[in-house]
Amino acid sequence: MKQRLVMIAVLVLVAGALVLAQPPQAPPATPDGFVPVNSLPQAEQLPAAPMVIAAYSVVWVVLIAYIWMLWRRLSKVERELADLTRRVQDR
Amino acid sequence: MTRYFTPLAFLLLVLFAAAPVVIAGTPYEQTMGLVQKIFYFHVPSAMMMFVSAFVCGIASAIYLFRKSAKADRLALAAGELVVTFGLIVMTTGPLWGRKAWGVWWQWDAKLTSALLLWMIFIAYLLVRRFGGPGSEKLGAAMAIFGMANVPFVYVASMYWRTLHPAPTVVPSLQPGMRGAFWFCVLSFVLLYVLILTLRRRIEDQQAQVDQLYLALED
Repeated sequence: MKQRLVMIAVLVLVAGALVLAQPPQAPPATPDGFVPVNSLPQAEQLPAAPMVIAAYSVVWVVLIAYIWMLWRRLSKVERELADLTRRVQDR
Repeated sequence: MTRYFTPLAFLLLVLFAAAPVVIAGTPYEQTMGLVQKIFYFHVPSAMMMFVSAFVCGIASAIYLFRKSAKADRLALAAGELVVTFGLIVMTTGPLWGRKAWGVWWQWDAKLTSALLLWMIFIAYLLVRRFGGPGSEKLGAAMAIFGMANVPFVYVASMYWRTLHPAPTVVPSLQPGMRGAFWFCVLSFVLLYVLILTLRRRIEDQQAQVDQLYLALED
C-alpha cells in the first residue's frame, strides 16, 4: 500500500515537471485584439465641432425660451393689473 | 421698468451678436483645440449661477429676519435664475467634457457639488410653487443652505482630485483668450441684471394684483 502511494506521488511529480517544462504557447493571433497606442489617429478622434455647435445652441435656446416665457408672463400680469385697477376705480 | 432697460437691452443684443465673432477670433487651446471655446459661455454661466445663488440666499435671509416681502420676491426671481443658468452649465459642461475627458460625466467633487447646488434650487422652486402657506419661510431656509454650498463648489477643484480645471485657469489665461473671456463675462452680467429686473417686475406686479383682489373683496 505504501509503495503504491509512493509510486502515485512520483508519477504526479514527474507529470507536473513535464507540464511545466513545456514552452509557453503563444496565444493565437486574432484580427481584433487590443493594441495599445499613446494617441489615436486623427481619423478616429471624436470631432469637436458638433460639441461646440451643440453647446452654443443650448445656450441660445435656453436663454431665448426663458426670456420669451418671462415676456408672456409679464404681459399677462400687466393685463390683469390694468383690468383690476379699472375695476377698483369703477367701484 | 426703468428708462435704462430698453437701451441696455439693445446693448445686450449687440454684445451677444458680437460674441461669436469675438470667440471665433481667439486662439485654439493647445491640448483641447476647438472644444475649449465652450469655455467662453460655460464659465460666465457658472459665474452667474453662483452670483444668483448669493442674491437668492442673501435676499432670503433678509426676508427671514426682517420679514421683507420685497426681499422675498427678489429671492424667488434669483432662485429661478440659478436653475436657468445651472441648466446651461449642466449641458455645456458635459458636451465639453465628452470631448476633453472622454466621458459625459464624472462623479468627482466639483461636478457632484455643482449638481447638488442646482438640485437644491430646483427643490427651492418646487417648494415655492407647491408648498402652500408657509413655503416662503421654508424656501428661504433652503436658499440660505444653497448659498452656503457655493464656496464648496468653487474650491472643489482646488482641494480635491477632479477632472475639472481649477479656477486658477482664469487668471492665467493668455492675452488672446483673456479679452474674449471678460467680454463674455460682461455680456452675461448685463444679461443677468436685465433678466433679474424683468423677473422681479413680474413678482412685484403679481403682488399688486393680489392686493387689488383683496381690495375688491373688501
